Amino acid sequence: MTRYITVIGLEVHAELKTKTKAFCSCSTAFGSRPNTHVCPVCTGMPGALPVLNKQVVEFALRAALALNCRINKFNKFDRKNYFYPDLAKGYQISQFDQPICEHGYIDINVEGEEKRIGITRIHMEEDAGKLVHSGATISTSDFSAVDYNRAGVPLIEIVSEPDMRSAEEARAYMESLKAILEYTDVCDCKMQEGSLRCDANISIMPVGAKEFGTRAEIKNLNSFRALVRAIEYEVERQKEILEDGGHVVQETRTWDDVNGVTLSMRSKEEAHDYRYFPEPDLVPIQLDDAWIERVRSELPELPGARQARLVKSFGLPEYDAGQIVSSKAMADYFDAAAATAKDAKGVANWLLGDVSAFLNSENIGIEDFKVAPAHLAELVNLIKDGVLSSKLAKKVFGELLKEDASPKALVEKLGLQQVSDEGAIAALVDEAIAANPQSVADYKAGKDKAIGFLVGQIMKKSRGKANPGLVQKLLKERLQ
Amino acid sequence: MTATAANNLKVSQDDVEHIAQLSRLTVPASEREKFTEQFNQILNYADILEHIDTAGIQPTAHVLPVSNVFREDIVKPGSALEEVLANAPAVHNDGFKVPRVIE
Repeated sequence: MTRYITVIGLEVHAELKTKTKAFCSCSTAFGSRPNTHVCPVCTGMPGALPVLNKQVVEFALRAALALNCRINKFNKFDRKNYFYPDLAKGYQISQFDQPICEHGYIDINVEGEEKRIGITRIHMEEDAGKLVHSGATISTSDFSAVDYNRAGVPLIEIVSEPDMRSAEEARAYMESLKAILEYTDVCDCKMQEGSLRCDANISIMPVGAKEFGTRAEIKNLNSFRALVRAIEYEVERQKEILEDGGHVVQETRTWDDVNGVTLSMRSKEEAHDYRYFPEPDLVPIQLDDAWIERVRSELPELPGARQARLVKSFGLPEYDAGQIVSSKAMADYFDAAAATAKDAKGVANWLLGDVSAFLNSENIGIEDFKVAPAHLAELVNLIKDGVLSSKLAKKVFGELLKEDASPKALVEKLGLQQVSDEGAIAALVDEAIAANPQSVADYKAGKDKAIGFLVGQIMKKSRGKANPGLVQKLLKERLQ
Repeated sequence: MTATAANNLKVSQDDVEHIAQLSRLTVPASEREKFTEQFNQILNYADILEHIDTAGIQPTAHVLPVSNVFREDIVKPGSALEEVLANAPAVHNDGFKVPRVIE
């Protein structure tokens, strides 16, 4: 059987976090009553003129520099003409041949291997309105209702090179890109709400082929999981076509998340003749060195640098540090907790272990986590100081989830302090020895495992509060 | 006219129909020939510009020597909902009601 290479390029649309739209002063607030953030510019009234929001350029520039792009100091807007009710003007204002920047890259790491994924270009454009269909799907609807609140909201489109060779690489690229957009604070990156959207161009070619195969463009990828599943599905679909001696058709397909398949969108041949031309209503943008360098100097610490810092300053393993910095909120939480923790690695373990498990089970992000970083640090310190065993610490953590409070206070309130008083433990040890002569005999006969039973009995008796190390030590001393 | 025969016919009747389709215009068959002729006249006229030496001249994106006209990111109220929907052919749930559109 022929072996194939998968070739993937991603087009990512990110909504910029401006207060107003790209070309008018209407609000960008999400979830408002339909058509209440709309003005003559949004609805394409004759004579209405667009004026560019400076913050759009500022954000686009910030993203461009964070993604290692070469800035086009002269750039301009163009009209992309198409008829669809989601834009009232009959065209979308975008950038065609002179976008704000080109030739960037992101370094990704998949299973320990570093790889550079090229970014072809980033351009600024406006979002379209939203169509609410009367039926369950567009084909079963008699009509649609158009809401222009999103029309004109600024976007940047980040186009990658076809450099990815697997679903995992695509996922890693998307995760890194999301993290960078979050760190630079240009986009709130909520894939479910559509503020970060991804289209994937996917093709396959036989190993050794010199030219890429025909690609399909997959839309409607609203989560990392959808991205991975859609790529896996599409690769299999294209393989089957080629194996049967057929040809892959170049087309746009949509991801059906419920059924786990991609479906052809049957676009008309003429639908993609966009007839771009320079937007006469907007003057060009000229960026000078002072502007570019000012934005560069204001860039925050980016995920890659932050990961390196966590490894260097706190001795975290590379992988753990990578997990923590992949979300800015998580990294901020870590830094806040590590500031007062005596054991930064302990903080990392809690975050990646119990805290992440809790967040996943509740389906929330760490920004909605109610336990204060200082309290997690205090919990870690109680373990470090020997006040709590790890088992009791989990119990305290469970209490913290119910009500955020000082772990120290909780320990006292619940009487959970680990007992490290030799006298008290010695009494329990003696009691256990007296009550279990068989185990004592077994141990003395060389069955080392028997001591585990005795420790267990003592811990049970102390309701988990006895310091396990001390129990072991005292037992061994007495049984010698 | 020094233009060659090939230059004279830059667009065909099919092209005219395609452009009409893209512009959502209905062009009656009776007028197609006339439009084809006029399109070609316009394009042939534009050919005159081709004779100008433009080596070393930047393409013009905008006719005015102006750049960087910006607006601050400050919200101003948009139009009233009734005003926005006044131009809607029909309204449904505060939205512009449009026929089902499959791209």
